[in-house]
Amino acid sequence: MLYFARWKIALIVLVVLAGLVSTLPNFFSTETLRQMPDWLPKRQIVLGLDLQGGAYLLYEVDKQDYIQKRLKTLVGDIRQTLREEPRIGYTGLGVQGQGVQVRIRDVQRIDEARNRLSELANPLVSSLFGGQQVNEFTLDVSEDGLVRFTFTEEGLAQRVRSIVQQSIEVIRRRVDELGTTEPNIQRQGEDRILVEAPGENDPQRLKALVGQTAQLTFHMVDVSMSAEQALQTRPPAGTVVMDSIDEPPIPYLLEEAPLLSGEDLVDAQVSFDQRTNEPVVNFRFNTSGARKFAIVTQQNVGRPFAIVLDSEVISAPVIREPITGGSGQISGSFDVESANDLAVLLRAGALPAKLTVVEERSIGPGLGQDSIDAGRLASLIGAAAVVIFMVLAYGRFGVMADIALTANILLIFGALTFLQATLTLPGIAGIVLTIGMAVDANVLIFERIREESRAGRSAISAIDAGYSRALGTILDANITTLIAAVILFQLGSGPIRGFAVTLAIGIFTTVFSAFTFSRLLVALWVRWRRPSHLPI
Amino acid sequence: MLLKLVPENTHYRFMWLRRYSFPLSALIAVASIVLFFTVGLNFGIDFKGGTVIEMKTNESPADIAQIRADLGTLDLGDVQVQSFGGPDEVLVRIQQQDGGEPAQQAAVAKVRSSFENRVEFRRIEVVGPRVSGELAQAGTIAVISALVVILFYIWFRFEWQFAIGAIVTTINDIIVTVGLFVVLQLEFSLSSIAAILTIIGYSLNDTVVVYDRIRENLRRYKKMALPELLDRSINEMLSRTVMTSVTTLLALIALYIFGGEVIRTFTLAMIFGIVIGTYSSIFLAAPMLIFLNLRPGGGQAKADKEDKEEDDSAAAPA
Repeated sequence: MLYFARWKIALIVLVVLAGLVSTLPNFFSTETLRQMPDWLPKRQIVLGLDLQGGAYLLYEVDKQDYIQKRLKTLVGDIRQTLREEPRIGYTGLGVQGQGVQVRIRDVQRIDEARNRLSELANPLVSSLFGGQQVNEFTLDVSEDGLVRFTFTEEGLAQRVRSIVQQSIEVIRRRVDELGTTEPNIQRQGEDRILVEAPGENDPQRLKALVGQTAQLTFHMVDVSMSAEQALQTRPPAGTVVMDSIDEPPIPYLLEEAPLLSGEDLVDAQVSFDQRTNEPVVNFRFNTSGARKFAIVTQQNVGRPFAIVLDSEVISAPVIREPITGGSGQISGSFDVESANDLAVLLRAGALPAKLTVVEERSIGPGLGQDSIDAGRLASLIGAAAVVIFMVLAYGRFGVMADIALTANILLIFGALTFLQATLTLPGIAGIVLTIGMAVDANVLIFERIREESRAGRSAISAIDAGYSRALGTILDANITTLIAAVILFQLGSGPIRGFAVTLAIGIFTTVFSAFTFSRLLVALWVRWRRPSHLPI
Repeated sequence: MLLKLVPENTHYRFMWLRRYSFPLSALIAVASIVLFFTVGLNFGIDFKGGTVIEMKTNESPADIAQIRADLGTLDLGDVQVQSFGGPDEVLVRIQQQDGGEPAQQAAVAKVRSSFENRVEFRRIEVVGPRVSGELAQAGTIAVISALVVILFYIWFRFEWQFAIGAIVTTINDIIVTVGLFVVLQLEFSLSSIAAILTIIGYSLNDTVVVYDRIRENLRRYKKMALPELLDRSINEMLSRTVMTSVTTLLALIALYIFGGEVIRTFTLAMIFGIVIGTYSSIFLAAPMLIFLNLRPGGGQAKADKEDKEEDDSAAAPA
């Protein structure tokens, strides 16, 4: 156990040096690192949100909201399909629970209706079932003419999957515009999206930007009666009352079907109104949108139309002249930031469904820094206490264990930096715990050496036996902790996962440093001093 | 050496103490379970849902009564305000709001706009009802699966009596640690699960080290009565057990004192767990083997599973 081949010594020293080299960049500011030559390692430890501050937001697709919206469109599609010539008479068309129901008047034409409507069952290509086609809806037609569309489970799941996918794209565009450094946006489970924005110190604004559906639509204002009248009586068919974003809100009576929507936009930018000097948002339509816009404005000169964002009227200007250039302007009561946010939202596009925040954790940069300071202080004091204690308890061997412990800590930080694993506050706790427990391996060995020595062995033979006999014990003991760490990693998110990572890395480096590094130190010492009895 | 915590060649009779340690531990465990079901854990928002807001006030010390009164006007249901860390730091807990996630968000927005000018928001955590339910489930599954996997590992490495002894001991440690959370009404959160898993790891670590020596001695002293053999094994390992506990506790106490308020509960649970884990590996795990009839008849050696023991080659010195 005390003989080391040269290449082994070289390898052990190399590993420890690698740990040192990998750890080093953490001691310099990013500024200094940038000025150093390129061949030097520059990666620093990734700090978790709890240490550098930032926002963690977990969104969930609002399925019910999506289902209701989707069923509403389906009602419209059914209406249109049945009204096509030759018309099929129907009654009682509407949303029923999780489906749509309609009754065909003429029982003779049920088959014809079924044929026409079956296209609306809407085959989707499923990514989950290997490109197989699944229908979005099942279509049930009863003898007496009752037709029922119901969501299929796979169809809905498939829709939710693509909604999540699209939403991630939209969110990424929005967050990128916000200038957040290295945001992490990813799918979580079936219907959730995780947004992590490190260093983001205004989670409110981030939330406003990410969570808004941002569905922009243009509607004609119905001037046949006032909105108040409509609210008191009943809005005419095909119209709807929407409030404006003003405080207090002003109701508008609008045609329900939008003229144009945000999908036709190609660009949106903030600029300033030349007369009032207030911030406004300029937008531009694509070719087809521009054409539609031109026709609509031509036909409706002198009438007001409304620009609506997520069912709230932003502004309702009167069309003064036909707008043929395909660009327009939204002026509301914006300040620069809100105008900018609107432009970002319009450029990034609308979310395909409503998202709800199901979990939010945001940490201010002040707390993060405090935690780093506290963690650093605690680690230093903890390590110092252990180091002193080891020297007091084991003398020269304690010093060797301490050198091994230092190498161990270097290796932990080196591994964390190299793997770019995230260091969190519980992660620091994991390191401190490892410092305490790392000594265990050495203690086991030293106690064993003491015993063997007491049993009458010579110094070298006792050291040899101490190392070889303690190995099994150390492995058994560490594997149980490793099992706990692995399971913790599976369970955990964010901070807890950071704890599991440092604990697991700590176990590997501990076993390594006890079995190679400290053994090497002891071997070198034995070779140097050739002790006849043990100072242990 | 300058420091010797445990004298050499101790001969403490630990096994004799089992007639006290067993009933005592059983009593504490039963009391913990009873408290768990009557008083209950103080679940944090991770498992209960709700909102936690940590703020630093502009004036120091913070006027907690005023903050409580201001929060009372916001109509948020049950709100707790307590000082947290420094004198100007305050922790606000708001109960889960009726009306699901959007209502939670609305509650936070209310607090924000009402306090924006007076405080710095250091931390805001909102956990909705669905997520908290899932976290509770995941936490339970994690603890149980850790126990099962480790049970199999020890079963594979040792004989079944050791596996049973280790798991019963560890479950005892978990129950007593949960009991601590109940008695002190410490907030039970996701990090508490992390602490419990660490305690499982540590407690087993300790138990395995003692068992390892017992297994070795079983082969070395084939005629020795089991209680005597267990006493001998524990005494041989006593110095190591104490040393490791002390160094680990030193590190954890530093963390408890200097590591900041955020992880204080987490550290406290671990300190307690280390103490319990050390106690139980000596006073529960080892004597349990007598109950499990590891060596029937006391003197006769049981057939060893030699094929599995490759690293320790019996008694003869190498």
